[in-house]
Amino acid sequence: MKRVLAMLVENKPGALARVVGLFHQRGYNIESLNVAPVDDGSYSRLTVSTRGTESAVEQIMKQINKLIDIIKVADLTEGEHHELELALIKLGKIKDLKSIKKKIKPLNGKVIKNDSSSCVLSVTGTSIDINNLIKSLKRNKIIETVRSGSIGLHESNKTLTI
Amino acid sequence: MKLSGGDMLLRALREEGVKFIFGYPGGAALHIYDAIFRQKKIEHILVRHEQGATHAADGYARATGKPGVVFVTSGPGATNAITGLATAFMDSIPLVVISGQVASHLIGTDSFQETDMMGVSRPIVKHSYLVQKTEDIPAIISEAFHVATTGRPGPVVIDIPKDITAPENKFEYKKPVKVNLRSYQPKIHPHPGQIKKAAKAILSSERPVIYAGGGAIISNASKQLKALNKILNIPVTNTLMGLGSYPAKDKHFMGMLGMHGTYQANMAMHKADLILAIGARFDDRITNTPSKFAPDARIIHIDVDPASISKIINADIPIVGQVKESLDALIKEIKRSKIKIDSEAIGKWNKQITEWTQLHGLDHEMYLKKSKSKMIKPQEVVQQIYQATKGDAYVTSDVGQHQMFAAQYYHFNKPRRWINSGGLGTMGFGLPAAMGVKLAFPKKEVVCITGEGSIQMCIQELSTCLQYGLPVKIININNQALGMVRQWQDMQYSGRYAASTYEESLPDFVKLAEAYGHKGFKVTQRNKLGPTLEKVFRMKDKLVFVDVYVDQSEHVYPMLVAPNGSMEDMWLSKGKKA
Repeated sequence: MKRVLAMLVENKPGALARVVGLFHQRGYNIESLNVAPVDDGSYSRLTVSTRGTESAVEQIMKQINKLIDIIKVADLTEGEHHELELALIKLGKIKDLKSIKKKIKPLNGKVIKNDSSSCVLSVTGTSIDINNLIKSLKRNKIIETVRSGSIGLHESNKTLTI
Repeated sequence: MKLSGGDMLLRALREEGVKFIFGYPGGAALHIYDAIFRQKKIEHILVRHEQGATHAADGYARATGKPGVVFVTSGPGATNAITGLATAFMDSIPLVVISGQVASHLIGTDSFQETDMMGVSRPIVKHSYLVQKTEDIPAIISEAFHVATTGRPGPVVIDIPKDITAPENKFEYKKPVKVNLRSYQPKIHPHPGQIKKAAKAILSSERPVIYAGGGAIISNASKQLKALNKILNIPVTNTLMGLGSYPAKDKHFMGMLGMHGTYQANMAMHKADLILAIGARFDDRITNTPSKFAPDARIIHIDVDPASISKIINADIPIVGQVKESLDALIKEIKRSKIKIDSEAIGKWNKQITEWTQLHGLDHEMYLKKSKSKMIKPQEVVQQIYQATKGDAYVTSDVGQHQMFAAQYYHFNKPRRWINSGGLGTMGFGLPAAMGVKLAFPKKEVVCITGEGSIQMCIQELSTCLQYGLPVKIININNQALGMVRQWQDMQYSGRYAASTYEESLPDFVKLAEAYGHKGFKVTQRNKLGPTLEKVFRMKDKLVFVDVYVDQSEHVYPMLVAPNGSMEDMWLSKGKKA
């Protein structure tokens, strides 16, 4: 089962390596990973998507919590949460820009650039939304894709802050 | 007063109460070593290999409960410390390992003796630091000691580039009054609700077992453990790491459990209706097949490390907290409780344990019995050591059959007396660990029970023992083969002894000990063993190496049947299952 874990990590050298290393050491996979400093910049917020049984995820969260540089960790998928991913998609020359625009509209899509050789789109949505969009663009030539990996927040008044 | 990085380091260590540093100098660590030369409070012990330094510091830490400190240089110095770090990590031993690193501007350039120590050690340390500013040294040392010794203890690495400790760069020495990390707040006291639940479950049980591990020793909770069982009067077993936390001479003590645990301890675990796990982590050498583990038992699990709870075996009542504080709370709650334990059921259960002990318990008097063979059995050697040391020695061991025999037959009545590499199973641990213990307790008897395989992995430390006058006693249980490997080859590979014998290449250990400036004895006959050991343990100020030739064909029993066995599935002797 897919799990989205959010964590606050001290912004110190090697801290990210400890988190990433832990997944590998304990035999878990990282499906996607997003990291950036937040608030006063003294710590970063990480979002990790992974797959595993309930007990496996519980164990990995406990192991993550044990890392000295980890301030907090939460499993967002345990309850209601917002999840979003950004993707940039570069297509070959577009014949029918209108139909592309229609397809990306539900994903707050934008055409960042469109010229005679290629067309660059930006879209945001859940990972599933983006997967589906990419599938629907198959008839166009996809040259390159980049995805930010999921980021997430708890729903309403539940928070993961210091 | 302004200090250089090297002087700051030594001052910070002194403020942490450090008395000994185990180490080995080298290029990147030379500024630090020069600072050692400038002070007299901390003694540096020059080992002969960095692995020896880590194990010696580890032995010191296990025997005293204080963190062990190691200095190594960059590159090979650092990598040689890795086995010792992993050993300490597996057994939750507080170490602070300080490694010299190449100068900051050379990092990442593949410079001479450069290894990414932070990267190489990452999976086997509790935490690590790369010092980037000289002024940070005092704070980092405080933090490192705090992290190494609190919560579930463990080794910490501090990697210091050479320029950081240069004598010409001096700074004001500023140390934080108190370490407070927002990201690290280990839990000390247990949740009162969980303690209530646990007390109720224990008092309502009919076949309870106390299963106590290394956590009981680390937490200095022996007193509490005894007090708890003074009320309960229920059977107690210790893991390999927990031996000594509960007195072996107590009538409720069943001996060690697990792979080579006693028949009664393993049977009790399997048949129990309640297991009180205290600072133990349900290691695979304990549980055998987890799905077949203790089918009727409710599990109460006390551990300071939440990640150890429900990792292998699901805990019905998890209790996160330090063992000592948790047991204090539990004792209080049990005393207060209106429920009274069913003493009739407990009496019946204790009787059952006694019957198991009588049926297949270990023979602790082998050494007294007549034997047709002149050959010495390895078990007798441990029994004779126990007699000769009056059961009051610090015993270190290496890894293999001799380690299991020592655990089975030397009765540990006090905590911190049994010093062995349990989790990692590191051969070569015994001798350097004994050095650390002897430095901590120079007046106490320190015995290293080893084998001819293990002892050769850190034999060079015999030289260190001469330099610092460390008269430990080394008893080499010599079966002229890698005994435990051979046992498995007997049992699972039809006796095909792949690479487990030495083909007449063993050294003359007596001459070897003498070459290092020590005393050596060789014992091959049964009737000479006791008298030789008596003599050896009277030689108080000499390191004595006793090379005891034993029966090569002996196996360690009981042994859990694996794979797919439960804890009641045991081999009791060659070809005989329970």
